[in-house]
Amino acid sequence: MKLPIYMDYHATTPMDPRVLDAMKPYFVEDFGNAASRNHAFGWKAEAAVEKARKQIGALIGASDKEIVFTSGATESNNLAIKGVVDFYKDKGDHIITVSTEHKAVLDTCKRLERQRAERIDELKLQRLMELTEKDVDPEELASLEIKYSLENDTVLKRWIDKVRVGARVTYLTPKKDGLVDLEQLREAITDRTILVSVMLANNEIGVVQPVNEIGALCREKGVLFHTDAVQGVGKIPFSVDAAKADLVSITAHKMYGPKGVGALYVRRKPRVRVREQIDGGGHERGMRSGTLNVAGIVGFGAAAELAQQEMTSEAARVSALRDRLFKGISAKLDYLTVNGSERARLPGNLNVSFSFAEGEGLMMAIKDVAVSSGSACTSASLEPSYVLRALGVEEEMAHSSIRFGLGRFSTEEEVDYVIALVVKAVTKLRDMSPLYEMAKEGIDLKKIEWKAH
Amino acid sequence: MAYSDKVIEHFENPGNVGTLDKNDPNVGTGLVGAPACGDVMRLQLKISDDGVIQDAKFKTFGCGSAIASSSLVTEWVKGKSMDDAMKITNKDIALELSLPPVKIHCSVLAEDAIKAAIEDFRAKRAARVTPAVAAEVAKEA
Repeated sequence: MKLPIYMDYHATTPMDPRVLDAMKPYFVEDFGNAASRNHAFGWKAEAAVEKARKQIGALIGASDKEIVFTSGATESNNLAIKGVVDFYKDKGDHIITVSTEHKAVLDTCKRLERQRAERIDELKLQRLMELTEKDVDPEELASLEIKYSLENDTVLKRWIDKVRVGARVTYLTPKKDGLVDLEQLREAITDRTILVSVMLANNEIGVVQPVNEIGALCREKGVLFHTDAVQGVGKIPFSVDAAKADLVSITAHKMYGPKGVGALYVRRKPRVRVREQIDGGGHERGMRSGTLNVAGIVGFGAAAELAQQEMTSEAARVSALRDRLFKGISAKLDYLTVNGSERARLPGNLNVSFSFAEGEGLMMAIKDVAVSSGSACTSASLEPSYVLRALGVEEEMAHSSIRFGLGRFSTEEEVDYVIALVVKAVTKLRDMSPLYEMAKEGIDLKKIEWKAH
Repeated sequence: MAYSDKVIEHFENPGNVGTLDKNDPNVGTGLVGAPACGDVMRLQLKISDDGVIQDAKFKTFGCGSAIASSSLVTEWVKGKSMDDAMKITNKDIALELSLPPVKIHCSVLAEDAIKAAIEDFRAKRAARVTPAVAAEVAKEA
């Protein structure tokens, strides 16, 4: 067994050696540009790309013509959301998503909200200039807005109705188990809603959303459905038709393929459109310009085919390892909480809070194992995991959380080693923790007046 | 984030982890930080009647830097007078452990813990002094 042990499969996966073998010819020998239509180098590259398109389509039950290659899922999410908002701006301007989505979705939505807010501020200034008959400084906006009671201004209201920039966004709060409440989603949909974006599986807590039900609801309401399926595709069964998904983001490096290549599935029947976000040579049927990453795409295709062939047996093996890990740890330690639904969960995910032991300290104590923590100390923001917080997990529990991610190359030997290491480290940290001592003495930690800093 | 060798050394072999009897009149207890912020430090000092720190124990819930800062101050304060211990600043701690900017709050917490423990001891002493001793103390001052 080699140290350190990798248990962070949600961050990225090691590339399968079979994927690397498939990619090798496309760097030096078959280096052609897939867009070169008039010589053999180009034809060969194009054939390799088209084969990969079929392999990836097959994994999610899509046709090859519905796959648009991108640089990764962040770009796919940006293209899906901004592309829909741009294309369907005459139809509506409202998006619904969930507060536990990946930042690539949330920050995209926030930008759209900001764009709309900035446009409205411009209109307010314009209106105030009309009303005051003089130039208005943006800094005066807040005070003049009240003075001229703009909120009841019918002219401004009409102007705002015509705004076609950005979007309004509703962020749903998931239930305590991390799953979306379908009734809440139904109520959030308005006649201005154009898109619902809900991820297939969460990157932190691994919960699997009821995408088939969400897709059905969206279809019924005539709203497009986008899903960031990065963590789930290749790990659990997913089909674009079962989910009635219109747009699906996927990436190679979460399924044992190379980094830097992803795809957006864009439904053809009924036809879904996105406005391109990168201008240029009109590659990918105009939806994403830029020379294709042929070797990467070949690797993506090979990884997709392997995932499809091995998914069933791999999921069974990986979930057994995950269960072994949790059983082993919970047999020896008390005060454990599993974060997120235990039922609807990715095979390789375990997210646990070890009360009274701080996450980053714990990661340091098990430094031979690569995991992640929801502790603030691990991020630049100093805020603990927003995903755990959205589930209503208390801050101290979020600080004590560790995410274990298992996958294709995890072994029983590694799991047993990690169990022993985690038990030892948590015991040591708890022996060192004033909170553990106080809890054991029966002191209610919630009743203490902590001096927050 | 890479940790300095000194942080790792203190984290792996912390000195003076433990608990002193908080009801002992010569023990001052400082409890600082908050679970919601991800770090809580408890520093206990056993202080002789003439104001010398004879023993120091800590327990800390927090990251490696918080644990290292606690361990370091327990080593530093032992044998010091209360007044000298009060002079230890977070800058001294951060410098000794080469803490990066995002970890400075750990050293601030350790400095606060020293001050809180000594204040607790002083408050205890003030509460138990008899009028005769109080006169004595007043004369000394």
